[in-house]
Amino acid sequence: MDGEELTAQQTALYDRQIRVWGVDAQKRLSKANVLVSGLNGTVAEFCKNIVLAGVGSLTLMDDRLVTENATHANFLITAEESKLSGRSLAEVYCNSLREFNPMVHVSVEKGDLHYFDGNFFDKFDIVIISGYSLKVKKLINSKCRERQKRIAFYTVECRGSCGEIFVDLQNYTYAQKKSDGTIECHMEYPSLEDAISIPWRDLPKKTTKTYFAMRVLEYFESSQYGKLCQTSDFSLPHVLESRKVLCDEQGLSESHLPDALLNRLVAAGAREYPPVCAILGGFLGQEVIKAISGKGDPIKNFFYFDAADGKGIIEDISPPSK
Amino acid sequence: MADSHLQAVKGAKVLMVGAGGIGCELLKTLALSGFEDIHIIDMDTIEVSNLNRQFLFRQSHVGQSKAKVARDAVLKFKPHINIKPYHANVKSPEFNVEFFKQFSVVLNGLDNLDARRHVNRLCLAAQVPLVESGTTGYLGQVTVHVKGKTECYECQPKPTPKSYPVCTITSTPSKFVHCVVWAKDLLFAKLFGDKSQDNDLNIRPSDDGNTSKNPEDVFERSSDENAEKYGRRIHDHVFGYNIELALANDETWKNRKKPSPIYIKDVLPDKSLQRNGHLENCTSEDMPISTMPTLGLKNPQDIWSLAENAEVFLESLRLFIEKRDKDIGNLIFDKDDQLAVEFVTAAANIRASSFGIPMHSLFEAKGIAGNIVHAVATTNAIIAGLIVIEAIKILQCDFHNCRMSYCLEHPSRKMLLMPVEPFEANKSCYVCSEQTLLLEINTWTTKLRDFVEKIIRNILGMNLPIVMHGANLIYEDGDDIEEDIATNYARNLDKVLAELPSQVTNGTVLTVEDLQQELTCNINIKHREEFDEEKHPDGMVLSGWSGHLNDNKVASNKENDISSAPSAAADAENPDGPDVVPEKPHSGSKRKISEVEESSDNSENPSSKPNLPDRENPHQVDDSNSGDDDDVVMLVALPEAGKKKRVQTAD
Ligand SMILES: [Zn+2]
Repeated sequence: MDGEELTAQQTALYDRQIRVWGVDAQKRLSKANVLVSGLNGTVAEFCKNIVLAGVGSLTLMDDRLVTENATHANFLITAEESKLSGRSLAEVYCNSLREFNPMVHVSVEKGDLHYFDGNFFDKFDIVIISGYSLKVKKLINSKCRERQKRIAFYTVECRGSCGEIFVDLQNYTYAQKKSDGTIECHMEYPSLEDAISIPWRDLPKKTTKTYFAMRVLEYFESSQYGKLCQTSDFSLPHVLESRKVLCDEQGLSESHLPDALLNRLVAAGAREYPPVCAILGGFLGQEVIKAISGKGDPIKNFFYFDAADGKGIIEDISPPSK
Repeated sequence: MADSHLQAVKGAKVLMVGAGGIGCELLKTLALSGFEDIHIIDMDTIEVSNLNRQFLFRQSHVGQSKAKVARDAVLKFKPHINIKPYHANVKSPEFNVEFFKQFSVVLNGLDNLDARRHVNRLCLAAQVPLVESGTTGYLGQVTVHVKGKTECYECQPKPTPKSYPVCTITSTPSKFVHCVVWAKDLLFAKLFGDKSQDNDLNIRPSDDGNTSKNPEDVFERSSDENAEKYGRRIHDHVFGYNIELALANDETWKNRKKPSPIYIKDVLPDKSLQRNGHLENCTSEDMPISTMPTLGLKNPQDIWSLAENAEVFLESLRLFIEKRDKDIGNLIFDKDDQLAVEFVTAAANIRASSFGIPMHSLFEAKGIAGNIVHAVATTNAIIAGLIVIEAIKILQCDFHNCRMSYCLEHPSRKMLLMPVEPFEANKSCYVCSEQTLLLEINTWTTKLRDFVEKIIRNILGMNLPIVMHGANLIYEDGDDIEEDIATNYARNLDKVLAELPSQVTNGTVLTVEDLQQELTCNINIKHREEFDEEKHPDGMVLSGWSGHLNDNKVASNKENDISSAPSAAADAENPDGPDVVPEKPHSGSKRKISEVEESSDNSENPSSKPNLPDRENPHQVDDSNSGDDDDVVMLVALPEAGKKKRVQTAD
């Protein structure tokens, strides 16, 4: 990565982090283009981290209008903004994020990501989505995979005190740091669809329960009942029913997925818990920086955090290699 | 968030200490989580290098109070909550036990050991739970300290700052860091610092007497000597003549590679420096004085040639003399002083070259000299989230579920975030239990001053100590001491222990107290005359608190601290704290830097290395982050696993 040097301004601003990841990584960051679609508290944390780190550009997509309600957990929306109706979340995020780092190009793209054709994706190195249905997640994931260029794809969801990150880096090569220098390391990632179609009976016993719980909620949400509502009384029986269907189908004992965990997730509904947003947004930021710089062991391919036990766990859920 | 959460959070009054890297993230997450009464102490002002991660601050805020700007920034997205900023040092007397008592919990986002220990004591005295935190690069940790339920922050002794034996710095450097310490603490201090400070720059020839010139005079510039001529003379003295003197001592080089003297005429044969013509116009008001533009050196990542280093050396010396004459005599090395960093880089490189040590870039030398800590926003955000989770458990009195959390760079048993049950208090902790300490000391040769500085302040971490022998006051620090008594104390400081009005000899028990910290210690004095000079260069051994202290730990970095910024910063994270690199070779303990477990005191720095609770392999250390040169890595030993009881068992 020779050629252009960092400017004196960049060197001064990024001094502390260059000491963590090096000048080459910083140069790569400053050329990377990131797309984020589906804005919420967790994504706000991620955006903050990646803008501070100095990516080249960040494109925001979310046409939903800012409402006062949305401000309960968002540091990108000022009190005044929330009262001025008519602006989209993406526009408001964009204004705040620009201030964090004038060297990053932050912009808004209107529309629904899943209607964009493949060419649009070529503009980006990284695509992150949040809050979409399973169907749309799979669709966008496959659009990224169809491109000639390698586009890293991530999903992130926060459900109350639990969170999940999914990573698809396709065929990824990076420099792994060893005590005696670095070696080139190669990893193959499955698509979201391939990963979650592995029957539960084939997964290791120790796989975190949160993985299964998230799939149950996804299944429930793609059913006729739609999104979780705030009143758990209504949703819970249907969620428990979804558990039964999936467990029977995939050969896992229902007792492996305790009521209490599902209950907790259902009670949280779509609410985000700010400390968990910060933690997920932090890890997602780190992962994206690793993927751009090609330095450091990336997560393969799911990450879970649960505030109830404080564990941050990596799960590798991939089909057996051919 | 459950309703019980919300109730606990709404009624809580919390104190945050530090508004830096962790502090900004913490204040944001607290506000978003529903906290409505937050007090925040930070003595620091905003710097440019903060802006890449302290996201509440903007370029236009540089120079302003972190605590105040952070408050204003948070109120923009979360109005109608109470955030009270204090632009002050947490160690100042206004923050006494009464002050601490008003809070439900105290949350630390500090950058230095001194302030961390101080807050720990106030929390113990005020019986307020403390959540402590630190980060370095991708590593971070959060610990919970509740009096009567868990260990306190100081139950595991915190290693003192790294330091080196004097002779390594003055005569036998083997690593680049030794050259940086020499350039910064000896040469820079000698040329530009307080002349009255002791300085070991000039090695004393073993056969004294044949040097006609008093070495002290060498550094004086005569009135008819221009800056350039002076620079060349200093260069040849420290890199040429002094090396020749050292070479004369065959004993030193028996098992070492000999250094080669470097003279300016060999490095820069042409008589005078080649400068770009527009030199004098380069230094405008808003640009810092620097040699680099005039010498055509652009990239701080480049490693300069020996000739370039010599040019920077001469040119920076000249600029100090011609442009910053008024600073000379009271300069203290500051990593933000561009010219000082250039001088130290050049001097360290020339010395390194002389000793066959690889040279380094300005960027790297600055990091070492300024004890700059690696810091990224993401780790701070994660750690701040974990702090809030623990704080909420404390507020709900759910102590049973409190955890220490470690953020790792490489997963251990699939985990990147690892919770560990808090440990029980260490019964021999002098801070949270009543423990008599034993001090072996030569009472006939050690002055009270050394005892107060090296033991009471540096090791015991007291801020305003009182020393008593029975009912007799021997010494007391504070603002409101009457003049005649103060004179008396000053007189005592210069006396050896055995000659104090109230004699301190073998068997004496001294009581040492800090009223602000509400901490009292009894120290048994044991007279001892023989000490291993390398192990205990100060001639004192304190024990009785934990085995760790017996050796190696009598390193002070406060006394004669010739190079660091104020160490008691209630700052959140800027790595100005004095220490990844030793500040003061004089008090060097014998330990090699790579063995030192922790640099106690830099910025968002974890106070201990993740302590992996691996059942099968309790001593496992995730060492994978130590790819860097061990001079900068902040490694920490695992607490001895066997010694500690967990408060409870995990699932
Ligand atoms: Zn203790």
